[in-house]
Parts: sequence; structure tokens; C-alpha cells
Amino acid sequence: MAKSIDVDNLNVYYGDFLAVEGASINIAPRTVTAFIGPSGCGKSTFLRTLNRMHEVIPGGRVEGKVLLDGEDLYGPGVDPVNVRRTVGMVFQKANPFPTMSIYDNVIAGYKIAGSRKNKREFDDIVERSLKGANLWEEVKSRLQRPGAGLSGGQQQRLCIARAIAVEPSVLLMDEPCSALDPISTLAIEDLISELKVNYTIVIVTHNMQQAARVSDRTAFFNLAGVGQPGRMIEYDETAKIFSNPTQKATEDYISGRFG
Amino acid sequence: MSTTIAQRPQLSGQPSDLVGARLPRWAPIAVGALAVALALGIRFALGWTGWGTAFFTAAALFVIILTGWSFSVEGVRRAKDRLASTLIYACFVAAVVPLVLILSYIAIRGIPAFSVDFFSHSMNGVTSRREGGGLYHALIGTLEIVAIAAVIALPIGIFTAIYLVEYGRGKFAKAVTFFVDVMTGVPSIVAGLFVYTFLLLGFGARPFGAAGAIALAILMVPVAVRSSEEMLKLVPRDLREASYALGVPKWRTILKVVLPTALSGLITSALLAVARVAGETAPLILLTGYASSINFNPFSGDQATLPMMVWDQLGKRSGTGTSDLTEARAWGAALTLVLLVLILNIVARLLARLAQPKTK
Repeated sequence: MAKSIDVDNLNVYYGDFLAVEGASINIAPRTVTAFIGPSGCGKSTFLRTLNRMHEVIPGGRVEGKVLLDGEDLYGPGVDPVNVRRTVGMVFQKANPFPTMSIYDNVIAGYKIAGSRKNKREFDDIVERSLKGANLWEEVKSRLQRPGAGLSGGQQQRLCIARAIAVEPSVLLMDEPCSALDPISTLAIEDLISELKVNYTIVIVTHNMQQAARVSDRTAFFNLAGVGQPGRMIEYDETAKIFSNPTQKATEDYISGRFG
Repeated sequence: MSTTIAQRPQLSGQPSDLVGARLPRWAPIAVGALAVALALGIRFALGWTGWGTAFFTAAALFVIILTGWSFSVEGVRRAKDRLASTLIYACFVAAVVPLVLILSYIAIRGIPAFSVDFFSHSMNGVTSRREGGGLYHALIGTLEIVAIAAVIALPIGIFTAIYLVEYGRGKFAKAVTFFVDVMTGVPSIVAGLFVYTFLLLGFGARPFGAAGAIALAILMVPVAVRSSEEMLKLVPRDLREASYALGVPKWRTILKVVLPTALSGLITSALLAVARVAGETAPLILLTGYASSINFNPFSGDQATLPMMVWDQLGKRSGTGTSDLTEARAWGAALTLVLLVLILNIVARLLARLAQPKTK
């Protein structure tokens, strides 16, 4: 189910502006990869190119290849809608659909896309996804209540349940804990290490301890200055990045000397 | 263990830097009374006859005295604050007073005309000297014509708004926005003239209800576009992205996420657009004509509407004489029109509340 990601020399543009230059990465299936770096260095932008979500922003385009199990996401005839079904995403701000109940939020990927399933299949998906997101015990008695009535941490886990309900191969997380308190953050971090068994996970985070705790490999992004493109400076085992990085900039960043 | 909060040393007799001199709370009332008394004094001393000048003199005196007093006691910042607050309150009153006067006067003049017969009878065969008659024919006409206008205009308006918010990029979208803005300012008689030339003169047709509905639809479209556009823009980007990230195509995201989330606002904007044209008269003079009898068919024959009935009962249409009876009927029709718009507004609010996303 989980798939590998191979990116070779990718440039990302917004209009004429080069946002990320020459990024290359190889992500093995069933691993957690963390992207760290200062604000504006292009790590979120790069993450979005992994399921073509950057195209939602006007002018967003790429040069280069992103291979998912060897298949180019930007090849001719590839439908971004199908890409996003395979590569799911969780956002910085929890964004459950306000018009839907908890139950309907979990199966939103099926319901909105118009796929027909019977009630029992949906019940199974809801239970499995909410259990997978460690939310089942907290909400099983009130599945028909609005999703927007949950706490911030619960809403974020609801969004993770929604993302895994459609059974993607890869799960992208864009700063999923930055708006959460430490207890909710811990719940999500535990969840990430459980999800790793089935999914390839890529997480953007500003919290270096979090990157060190949850990830197997870490990529450090940086930019030379305002208006300059972001670059991937170093990509290695997390333990090596945090103990003995090769690049000076990486060492400066993780030791808090800048950024 | 108990903790004590350190007491700040109180320097008795020495005023704090944080406390400034203030006018007493009753200052505005006292200045108001003083200004009125002064204005009355000036009025009698100078022998003014009307009340208007005295009123504005009192208002001006109030502003000058209060601001001056405040400046001398409280300093320049508070004086500016009092001046600005006074002007803002004055503008609020100036805006609300005429509205209340108009509504209450229509109610006072219109209510005596109301009876069961007034709402169930037409004006067929009722002359200016005869009692009875009613607005049933005009109510039917207004409801039918406005309903047809809404059926034509609301889909166009909402779809245009969806285009502008979700798809519109570049020059074409800018041009659409520009022309919608221009259309908002088109005088209603021009819309009427347009339909008159192409539909009635072009086909040699007699006036009929639906022709008026087309003109009203032309007036409704820009209002519907503008207000629906604002509602759709309020839907957070996050929700659209969440839907895309689940592998949902754009059109289904709009249909299943954006529209339901904006539903409450869209209902409000649709009904307000309807209310905006319900009282429109000018194009109907040209296009729907007027019939004192009941005509249920909006596609053939003259049809009465409420604004046209007001016009007719005041003797302006036929040049015939008026009487207390016709005047009462005109006010009755005017009040009905106002109530119709009021009901539309209330319905809009109720529906909007029902359609609002719930959190509990």
C-alpha cells in the first residue's frame, strides 16, 4: 500500500518566481520524513508538489520529475485528482467541513466525490478511520454531531481520519501540530508512529524536537535571502542531522544560531 | 502556605498619571438643555417664526459648547473624541428619522384601507367614487412577475458569481466584474426601454407581465452577482484545499463544499435581490401596462402590479379624478408592498439561520 517517492532536481515556480530550486529526495515506503527549515524556505511549497496541491494556487507549476513508485506525477495525461487520491494531505489548520457531522466528515472523500457505498461499508470505514486516528473512543457516541464542535486537537485528528479514510499510499502533513497544545501534539505524534506501519509519511514542522522524535530521515531547507529560491541543503538520517550534520548551515539552524 | 500580593505604595493626595480630568457624566445632558434654552432665547429675541432654524441653532450650539468645555477641561484628545462621537450620533439620527417617519406614515395611512375584501377583490368596475375594490389583481401580478424575474435572474447571478470566484482569471473576469458594476447603476427605465424596443416593438406585441419580469431580471442580475460573490468569497480557502486533497474534482468541491457552506449567505443575497426589484415601477409602466381586473396569465394581456396600482389609484395613469377612497386604496397598496418586502427580509433571515453550519 505505501509507496516510495523519488524527486529528481525539481524546480517549483509561482508565476515567474522560482520558489524552490533543484530539490532531490528519495523517500522509502513506510518511513517518516521530516522537512525543517526557516519560514519561507519552500518546505511547504515542496511538500505540496508531492500531490500537486501547489497547482491550486494560481501560477503554481514545476519543472522536473516526481516519481511515485516509479510513476511520474507530472507525466502527460496524469490527472491531479487521481494523484491526490493516492497522496493525501493534512493541513496546518484543522479544517473539518462545517456543514457536515463527524460521521460525514470522515467519509467526505467518498461522499463529495460521489462514490456509492452502502451504509454498512461507510460504517466500517468510519470506525476503522477514527480508530486509526485515535479518535474513535472520544466520539463514537456522537458521530452525528457537527465536526466543528470538537476541540482543536480532536478536529485535527478528525482531519487525519478523513485523509486516511480514502486509503492513500502517502500522507503529507503540513505543520499538523503548530496550532495544538502539547497534549494534542503528543497524541498526533503517537499517531504518526502508528500510521508509519501502513503509510509513507512526510511532515513539515517548525518544531525540531518533533522532527527528532517522529522522523526517520530529515531534510533541511534554507534560502540565501529574501526573494531567493529555497534549496534543500541536507537530507540524511535524522540521528545524523541532529548530531553530526555535514553542512555548516544545518548545524547553525539546529543549534539555534539562526532561524 | 499563603502568598501575599505586594501592595503598591499609595501616595495620598498625589494624583496618578493615569487619571485625567473628566467632565461629569451629566455633561452632555446639561449642555443639551443649555443649547435648547439658548436657541429658544435667540428665536424669541430675533423674532424667528419657523422651528427649523432654531433646531439647527440648538444642534450647532450643543456641538460648540460641549467641544469647547471638553477642550478646556479634558484636553484636545477628548475634545476631538466628543466632537466625532456627536457628529456620528447626529448622522445616525439623520439616517433613521426619515425612515421611521416614512414607515409610520405609510402604516397610518394604509391600515384603514385593509380589510378582507381589500385582499380578495380586484378593482374591476370600481370607480373613483365607489367604495370597495381591492389589490388582489395587483398582488397576483407583482408575485408572478417578481417570481419569473427571480427564476431568470438568480441562476444567472449565482452562476456568474461562481465563475468569478472559482474560475475567473485574467482579462475576461475583470471585464465581467466591470460590466456587472456598470449594470448595477443602469436606471430601471433604461432596462424597461431596452425590453420595450426589442420585445414589444420588435414583435409588435401588447404589454404583458413576463415582459416586465425580463426587465426586472436585468436589474436583479448585477445585485445577485455582487452579493453572491461576496458570500462565496467568505468560504475559507482551507475548505476547498481540504476537499481537493481528498482527491475530489473541482466541480464537485464547489457543489458539495463551497455552495453548502455559503448556502445561508446565498439565500439572504437572493431574497434581498428579489426585495430590491419588487417595488420597481418605471419598466412596468412600459411593459406590463395595467388592468383593473384579475389576469393570472403573465404571458398575455396587461397585468396589474402593486406599484402600478398606487400610480393608478392616485389618478396619474388615466388622468381621472381622485377621492378619499382612491387615496386610501393607494396607501393600502403601498403598505402591502412595504409589508411584502419586510416579509421577504424576515424569511431571508429565518432561512439563513436554518442553513447556517452548526457547531453544537
